[in-house]
Amino acid sequence: MGIRIQVKKQFGEFRLNADLVSNSRRIGILGRSGCGKTMTLKAIAGIQEIDQGYIEVNDHVFVDSQKRINRKPQERRVGYLFQNYALFPTMTVTKNIMAGIGGTTAEKRSRTAEMIDKFRLRGLEDHLPGQLSGGQQQRVALARIMAYEPEVILLDEPFSALDGYLKDRLQQEMLELLAEYQGIVILVSHNRDEIYRFSEELLIMESGAILCCGKTREVFRNPQHKEAARLTGCKNIVAVNRLDDHSFEITDWGTKIISPTMLPADFNYIGYRAHDFIPIWNEDGENGIHFNLKSLAELPFEQQFFVSSKGEDICWFVQRELYKELQEKGMPRYLKIDPEKILYLQ
Amino acid sequence: MEAWLKIFENLDWSPLIISLKTGVVATFISFFLGIFAARKVIRATPKVKAVADGLLTLPMVLPPTVAGFFLLLIFSKRRPFGEFLYTNFDIKVVQTWLGCIIAATVIAFPLMYRNARAAFEQIDVNLVYAGRTLGMSETKIFWTVVIPTAGPGIASGTILTFARALGEYGATSMLAGNIPGKTGTVSQKIAMVIQDGDYATAGVWVVIVILIAFVIIFLMNIITGKRMKTVKRW
Repeated sequence: MGIRIQVKKQFGEFRLNADLVSNSRRIGILGRSGCGKTMTLKAIAGIQEIDQGYIEVNDHVFVDSQKRINRKPQERRVGYLFQNYALFPTMTVTKNIMAGIGGTTAEKRSRTAEMIDKFRLRGLEDHLPGQLSGGQQQRVALARIMAYEPEVILLDEPFSALDGYLKDRLQQEMLELLAEYQGIVILVSHNRDEIYRFSEELLIMESGAILCCGKTREVFRNPQHKEAARLTGCKNIVAVNRLDDHSFEITDWGTKIISPTMLPADFNYIGYRAHDFIPIWNEDGENGIHFNLKSLAELPFEQQFFVSSKGEDICWFVQRELYKELQEKGMPRYLKIDPEKILYLQ
Repeated sequence: MEAWLKIFENLDWSPLIISLKTGVVATFISFFLGIFAARKVIRATPKVKAVADGLLTLPMVLPPTVAGFFLLLIFSKRRPFGEFLYTNFDIKVVQTWLGCIIAATVIAFPLMYRNARAAFEQIDVNLVYAGRTLGMSETKIFWTVVIPTAGPGIASGTILTFARALGEYGATSMLAGNIPGKTGTVSQKIAMVIQDGDYATAGVWVVIVILIAFVIIFLMNIITGKRMKTVKRW
């Protein structure tokens, strides 16, 4: 079980050159819009022509340019969940689910009935997609895919069209519905929460190429690349000068950091998550940044401070408990960096 | 009033029958050819698309008499192709009902083609992709997903095609002529009786034509309206 993909595609100025191998059952691809992640997914499904490449899923070769193999999408057994679900608008829920099932009429009926129960669509069988809510449409689309018994399921930004409340619930629901599925699922998204919740293995994509990959938790803990850190939600990324094995200088923040542990040999940037700053009210200590408050944004569950130091601005996010302390004591004298929480980046 | 009734009683209904028959056959042919052409053109490369689209739309833009001129050039027994048809298959186009059908089809076809094409172009391409990834054959996708989704556009194309074919005058008069009981369509009949100064008979035909047109459009609107209520588009 696993996938091996190598696709090349020139699209005007844009060049897709994705290369990935994975044996995980739940793979996430994280990248900004336009980085080529949807294109990669479509290439796997066979609905996007590629210039050159190799695509293999579960030992089935879909594309091999060298051997001139290029299977039709109909022969790939790939389930594709489109961003807008792409339900057939003139077909009822039942007909939509039945669309991909082969075999005799009796077999089709029983399989469809099974899916309707499993995806809680009883009572909606004769509705048209236009009469369903976003969540129901998504369940129909998933049921249609599952009824087809695909080898791999591709989810293309499945939650991007939904509002916040619905999104959280549907993500949970989708995880439950997919839990039994034994095949490979690939989720493409620009949302780090979705990816984190869903995937075992994470690939980060940047302008048409795979930047890095690894176990999801590991990539989030140690993104290694500047762009990867940004995509995993790190707000502060700054250039540094390594001084020796235990210290480096951040000119933009006007400070020098001393680390008790040995620093990695090779890094030009560090990332520091906006929630990890420690406010200090009393005398100077090491690893501190002096700052001026520039602006403040008040959110329901946190306060976001945008502060400036020597050069680059710093985002400092404060959650409720700490904010109470801030209100009592006023602005701290400086912000302290915890060396253990620094992300060392290339 | 009595004069009107008298006209009505003595009316030769053959122009109506000929027009309706011509309209139905021409619409039937245009329906399939138009959909077929639209499907091909949509998938063609941009250059082929531009040329093909121009050629297929031309009969609608040109005056019908120009189309009639070309049709005569092709089908006249004194021309190679017309002669070939006549000597080998005993097919005569000029001055026959077949000429009526060909003239009406050529003139009305672009309406079907353009409407079908516009309807296809509005279809969310993901629907076709979804069909492909679900293992449906291209033919099945086309007839069960594309055509029903494009339904209203196709239906309105069909109405317009039928209306145009029913009323065709210019090309028909040149190719098929106006032989009563054979190629004499309603529109030719109206022109003819007016030339004779018989406005009463012309008036009766005008009323009949208006009624037919109105009934057809009304029926089609009901059919497509019912479907539109439940189909949501994005």
